Amino acid sequence: MNAPKTYVQSPEAKAAYDKRWQRIMDCVALKQPDRMPTAMFCTFYLAKFGGITNRELMYNDVKATEIAERALLELEPDCYNPLVLNVAMGPVLEALDYKQLIWPGHGVGDHQPYQYLDREYMKAEEYDEFIFDPTAFYLTKYLPRVLGVFDGMEELPYLPGLHYFRLVGGMRAFAKPRVRAALEKIMKAAEEVERFSNVHIDFTNRMTAQGFPTSHISTSVAPYDLIADYLRGATGTMKDLYRNKNKLLEMLDKAAVFLTKQTIAWSRASGHPVVFFPVHWAPDRFMSQKQFETFWWPSFRKLMINLIDAGVIPMPLWEADCTKRLETIRDIPPGKCIYWFERTDMVKAFEVLGDVVALRGNISPSLLTTGTPDEVDSAVRHLAENVFHKGGKLILDAAFGLPDETPVENARAMYRAARKYAS
Amino acid sequence: MSEMTDQEKQLVTWLADMNEDDAFALAKKMLLEEGANPMRVLDLCRQAMDIVGKRFEQGEYFLPELVLAGEMLENIGAVAKPLIKQGPGGEPKKLAKVLIGTVHGDLHDIGKNIVTFMLDINGFEVKDIGIDVPVKTFVDEINEFKPDVVGLSGFLTLAFDSMKETIAAIQEAGLRNKLKIMIGGGQVDEAVRNYTGADAFGTNAIEAVSLCKNWMGVAA
Repeated sequence: MNAPKTYVQSPEAKAAYDKRWQRIMDCVALKQPDRMPTAMFCTFYLAKFGGITNRELMYNDVKATEIAERALLELEPDCYNPLVLNVAMGPVLEALDYKQLIWPGHGVGDHQPYQYLDREYMKAEEYDEFIFDPTAFYLTKYLPRVLGVFDGMEELPYLPGLHYFRLVGGMRAFAKPRVRAALEKIMKAAEEVERFSNVHIDFTNRMTAQGFPTSHISTSVAPYDLIADYLRGATGTMKDLYRNKNKLLEMLDKAAVFLTKQTIAWSRASGHPVVFFPVHWAPDRFMSQKQFETFWWPSFRKLMINLIDAGVIPMPLWEADCTKRLETIRDIPPGKCIYWFERTDMVKAFEVLGDVVALRGNISPSLLTTGTPDEVDSAVRHLAENVFHKGGKLILDAAFGLPDETPVENARAMYRAARKYAS
Repeated sequence: MSEMTDQEKQLVTWLADMNEDDAFALAKKMLLEEGANPMRVLDLCRQAMDIVGKRFEQGEYFLPELVLAGEMLENIGAVAKPLIKQGPGGEPKKLAKVLIGTVHGDLHDIGKNIVTFMLDINGFEVKDIGIDVPVKTFVDEINEFKPDVVGLSGFLTLAFDSMKETIAAIQEAGLRNKLKIMIGGGQVDEAVRNYTGADAFGTNAIEAVSLCKNWMGVAA
């Protein structure tokens, strides 16, 4: 196996690393950092930056790693997302026969990004089964639907209740040809996942040695978004707000519990306190404030509080415009989270949340892709002057990371301006 | 609008209030047991959808209500339509034709579907040509359908270039001055409108309806 290497961190690199990390942690703790920190998040922008196709980025982790390193050394952000992990996963997805995504080289063109297939992966009539035993549902229903290597696992017996000689006889299921074939395929695919994970760990080790911390390693999900995006589908869940209201609420409560367990475990395993939550279904225009306060927010708040109690720093990216939600999402302990906003006006977010959370974002994607470096400079200056220099603990970044099509000179302009107006 | 019986008022109210089970049971009873005119029942559905649309515009309803309303309409339509005996011609005249699709490279369709639904219940004849639509398909469909408005949808930032290419091809085909083009999607704004050469942009279904109504000289 390709065990990650150990890299020596020079005293200068250690000082640079510590300074960068301290800036982020000062923001989280609502203390004034020595200057406005920057973050870098991107996926297929690396293909643009390195002059290769999206397909090459997905399938060639050596090139992906080399480009990611070059981008970090040139743009010098204070923290970055696990760059290689988020793109070079073509072979892993192939090995697992992952069905929820199409990607360059597998369903979309070589220059396109991967796209998620929004479908019903759990039927409305399966709520009770999921709620009663999520693990059994995952093993025998969900995983065979979304990962080809699990095909056959639906033949596993129902395990709870097996006892004494029935337990012995119950093991016969593991001799079924389809179950055996599935187990063999799962083990083989897992080896590829292990290999790929080591590529990612090796990359972050190398960047750590050069003074660059990651913004987070683990990603998690809000309970509502788990159900809407990955189980019932977007419109399926919208209909459930009326048709299966009580079951949805019950499942949200349950998801808050198992997501707490899983997220704490992943955060500890990664050795990184910050966990990223891309938030999809909270925006103002998606549901009414009453629906938001009934269905979306309570289970997510519960999850965040559990994580905060365990020392995890939640970093939700509130996608689209969440202006109407600001007063509601203010209700968390101060100094424990990073709220990243996409289209919500950052000055307004600062006014409502400045004494509760660190802020991250939010240079407009249309400006970054179609504007000029001067316009990018002005947008950064606006946020620096109206948020950071007024006391907002702002980590400057693009609205949802660098759009794939960002001209390289605009990305340079963003980080250059962030340093120019940083203190 | 003709006078409504109490039963008809009840159907409209239940539909507008998202009372799906009662509304569907009543519509079925009217159609299958009481021999109600299917065209009349569909007209009541349309009246209910007007109320739904207004509540959406007023910020009382959001996406879940539009999705459920669309499904209620479809379910009642499935019962009513096979019962229609008369030929076409009874349908009210449409305000204008709108061709809509998600531009090439982008597979997102929730926003496009909602815009299609809102335009439809507001009296437009809408042809939805799906997702990941190649430039040439847009041009061919414009020649065939002869729309007054073309709506280009896209959620990803790659859609900016796809929209620009599509509009350039429409221009090249000599069709640009015969129609209005609106673009929409989560990342669209004035900078993107300017970049693509569209006539206008919108970030939600109400804006799409207002744009079309304004262009067609109908009071919004």
